Amino acid sequence: MATLNVLILVCLGYVVLLFGVAFAADRMAAVGKGRWLRSPLIYTLSLSIYCTAWTFYGAVGNAARSGLEFVTIYLGPTLVMVGWWWGLRKLVRVARSQRVTSIADLISSRYGKSNTLAVCVTILAVLGGTPYIALQLQSITLSFSIFAEADPTGLYREGSSVFWVATGLALFAILFGTRNLDANERHHGVVTAIALEAVVKLVALLAVGIFVVWGIAGGLGPMMDRIDASEIGQWNVDASRWTTFIFLSAAAFVCLPRMFQVMVVENDDESHLRTAAWAFPLYLLLMSLFVVPIAVVGLDLLPEGSNPDLFVLTVPLSQGNDGLAVLSFIGGFSSATSMVIVTAMALSTMVSNHVVMPIWLNTQDRPGAVSGDVRTIVLLARRVSIAAIMALGYFYYSLSGGGAALASIGLVAFAGISQILPALVGGLFWRGATRTGALVGLSVGFGLWIYTLLLPGMDGGIIPHSVIEHGPFGWGWLRPQALFGIEGIDPMVHTVMWSLLLNTIAFCVASLLSFPSPLERLQGAQFVNVFDHSVAPRGWTGSVAQSEDLMIMTQRILGPTPTQEFFQAEAARQNGRPGRLPEPTPGFLQRLERELSGSVGAATAHAMIGQIVGGASVSVEDLLAVADESAQMLEYSSQLEAKSAELSRTARQLREANAKLTQVSMQKDAFLGQVSHELRTPMTSIRAFSEIMRDTDGLSADEQIRYAAIIHDEALRLTRLLDDLLDLSVLESGQVSLNMGDGTLRAVLDRAVSSALTGDGAKLQLRRTRASERIALHTDLDRLGQVFINLISNAQKYCDAAEPVLTISAHDVGGQVVVDFIDNGSGIPPEAQSVVFEKFARVGSDKAGGAGLGLAICREIMQRLGGEIAYLPGQGGAAFRISLPLAYQQAAQ
Amino acid sequence: MTSPDDEQQPTPTRPSVFLERQSYRRRRLADAARLLPFLGAVMLALPLLWPDDSGGSGGVPLSSAIFYIFACWGVLILIAVIFGIAARRLSARDGSAPEADQWPR
Repeated sequence: MATLNVLILVCLGYVVLLFGVAFAADRMAAVGKGRWLRSPLIYTLSLSIYCTAWTFYGAVGNAARSGLEFVTIYLGPTLVMVGWWWGLRKLVRVARSQRVTSIADLISSRYGKSNTLAVCVTILAVLGGTPYIALQLQSITLSFSIFAEADPTGLYREGSSVFWVATGLALFAILFGTRNLDANERHHGVVTAIALEAVVKLVALLAVGIFVVWGIAGGLGPMMDRIDASEIGQWNVDASRWTTFIFLSAAAFVCLPRMFQVMVVENDDESHLRTAAWAFPLYLLLMSLFVVPIAVVGLDLLPEGSNPDLFVLTVPLSQGNDGLAVLSFIGGFSSATSMVIVTAMALSTMVSNHVVMPIWLNTQDRPGAVSGDVRTIVLLARRVSIAAIMALGYFYYSLSGGGAALASIGLVAFAGISQILPALVGGLFWRGATRTGALVGLSVGFGLWIYTLLLPGMDGGIIPHSVIEHGPFGWGWLRPQALFGIEGIDPMVHTVMWSLLLNTIAFCVASLLSFPSPLERLQGAQFVNVFDHSVAPRGWTGSVAQSEDLMIMTQRILGPTPTQEFFQAEAARQNGRPGRLPEPTPGFLQRLERELSGSVGAATAHAMIGQIVGGASVSVEDLLAVADESAQMLEYSSQLEAKSAELSRTARQLREANAKLTQVSMQKDAFLGQVSHELRTPMTSIRAFSEIMRDTDGLSADEQIRYAAIIHDEALRLTRLLDDLLDLSVLESGQVSLNMGDGTLRAVLDRAVSSALTGDGAKLQLRRTRASERIALHTDLDRLGQVFINLISNAQKYCDAAEPVLTISAHDVGGQVVVDFIDNGSGIPPEAQSVVFEKFARVGSDKAGGAGLGLAICREIMQRLGGEIAYLPGQGGAAFRISLPLAYQQAAQ
Repeated sequence: MTSPDDEQQPTPTRPSVFLERQSYRRRRLADAARLLPFLGAVMLALPLLWPDDSGGSGGVPLSSAIFYIFACWGVLILIAVIFGIAARRLSARDGSAPEADQWPR
């Protein structure tokens, strides 16, 4: 007979073996070997933590009590798995694309990273998980007690054994689940150990089953006869319980934190689901295959009143097969430990990520700059959470007295955790689901579950019997086990139906009535349409984020080496030059947030980066602020633009002025040169003739007169030139005083003609239309006459026609007097037309000996008089047009 | 005016109404996968119509019930296996890309 001590030794040895496997698997994963660690087989086996001690012991007990009903608990998950195309595929894809770490994280992430919601789900999961952990404690304790009864040493006491089992499991879970803080929360070691445990418990149960069928009953046929002959030998299943439990187990299979952990978080490859879709139902089938035979044989063999929950142990024991009993014990122990490890890991992740870390972050002034390592705090939080969760389970076990059947405790937990289902399914498939809806739905379902199932189920009398009998304050319709006065429903069915129904209704109605925040809507679209865009959730506008701060913070969470690797990879990705810090681009911040959320959860990671980046996630307020800012920038830049345009205009003007100045300076030089030249010619002849007259003796009187006349002529010419120059400079400087007077154009022309044509014989013919010249003028008549004289004498000098004719015509055009002087010569060549009004500009050879100042003076005079002089091309000869304002107009002004 | 060359080129934006045989098969396979849980639910609900033994003798023996339930279970698993193999083969024929990405929802 196996003694208790041997049993404890076996347990410890088994635990050490598990540690070894986990350690080896972690090592292999770290060095990149062991692809089989990520095979679909390991994945499928890890799902088997669904089969806890409740399955291992409780299924047989359940079968012994109510026949085939136990199978519902495995049919629900089977339906979920074969229908993976509907739900699990999407769930896994969403969780992978969002780096989700737990079911609370998923719900929080979907509804706008709401930490309130995460806390609610966490509380629900902890409260739902507590009875379940109590169940494992109970099963291990019971199995110990079986062996203790037969132990001659008799050292066993139940109360203390529960405590030690709880402590041992807590230590086990802490050592296993929180050895390291993986960036992606994948624990290859733990998963491999769980896979091993899955094999152990399957082998144990199959061994017991085979022993029962072929060892005791004597084959398949006799076994079937025995089943039909037993007290549960008829198909007798309550329809409402049958359907409710199938549904409930399906819901819990998805919602249970530990199932979420192995199925979604630890999933390496989506295609593993394809294998698990048939392999896991097969596993469940094998686990259930011998349940009824064991129950039937146990009922037959064992004395009346023995606990059917322990038939798996007691049947081999009663047949004296100690080895099989120990194997069976190890199987049950495996079931309990694997469940406790994974549940504690999942729950502690949730508690530390959604409860402890937000509180801790809030108590820090600057989360990015605190001293100390966040990793140790996270790990410490998780270890403390595990211990607290185990303590809760222990207290629940003590409170409930450990009396309730295993199956019912498990169902209580299932019903509690299933309250997440509406928010989960709604979040995955309905974009209109809102945070408010999820919160209201969860609260309603959670409250109903506590009120109708958890509290009445506790033997400690937390709510008095009168309330259960007559309802609170005597309101019969609020009786916990007969809501709305509908009696006679099975309590489990009653709770599941009402809580999930009202939960769903509240969820839908509140979702319809509330309005989601922008982040919520973005996340909703990301979740529901995950297959359209399995990429970025939303953008950080991280221009102000400091890469160094981010790196410091990340190091505290991920550890130095992974952080540096991550940042270097980012830097290389950004600009192809590793070794520098990457720019905080939105894409980088997003990847960093996902990386961090793998360790501390989505909401916390979001908050941490938000605090460093400066709360720059996309909210409507931020968008408005950004819009305002950019509007201001636009305005400012348009001002800048105007100013720069003005500057460039000024610069252009300056350039033009400079060019003009340069030109004027050149003109001045040219002018001086020309003036000197003009002066030099007459001076040369004056000097030459005066020298002749001085030095030559014996000049005749005629010669003297002739030479003196030449000197005189040249002096006159000099004087004229100097007069012209003086005149021009006076006109140009604007210092000329105009002697304004009234007269007619005809009078002015008459005077000019008579003075211009005097002396030189009337070679030039004039054609005038005297009638048209009766135009009154108010101007400086002498100056105007000077212009006319100049033009007439020019014609006289330069007209090269055989019989030169000058036509003078006057018109009144548009308020202006226009006088044209047109001769019949060959005119001015086109290339000279533009310079004809310039100083010293002479056309052709210097045959007339003019200084070339006449037309320049004319132009200056006309400008002074408010008119202008222009050359008229295409008139047959040289043609000038003079325009002048009319007298009466000037008078009118 | 379109040249003959332009007319021969398919417009890339509009998806074709008719799928080639392989994609059509793949979509029907996905339909089958979706229908599977409903088939299972119906099969597992059938026992509720069986006569109850509470009235007396006419109940269904538990061995038959076990046989039926586990047979249903086995059929579901078998179909899921066939579906998994078919899906893998179709995706393998398509190329190296992960099959879940290519498949329509």
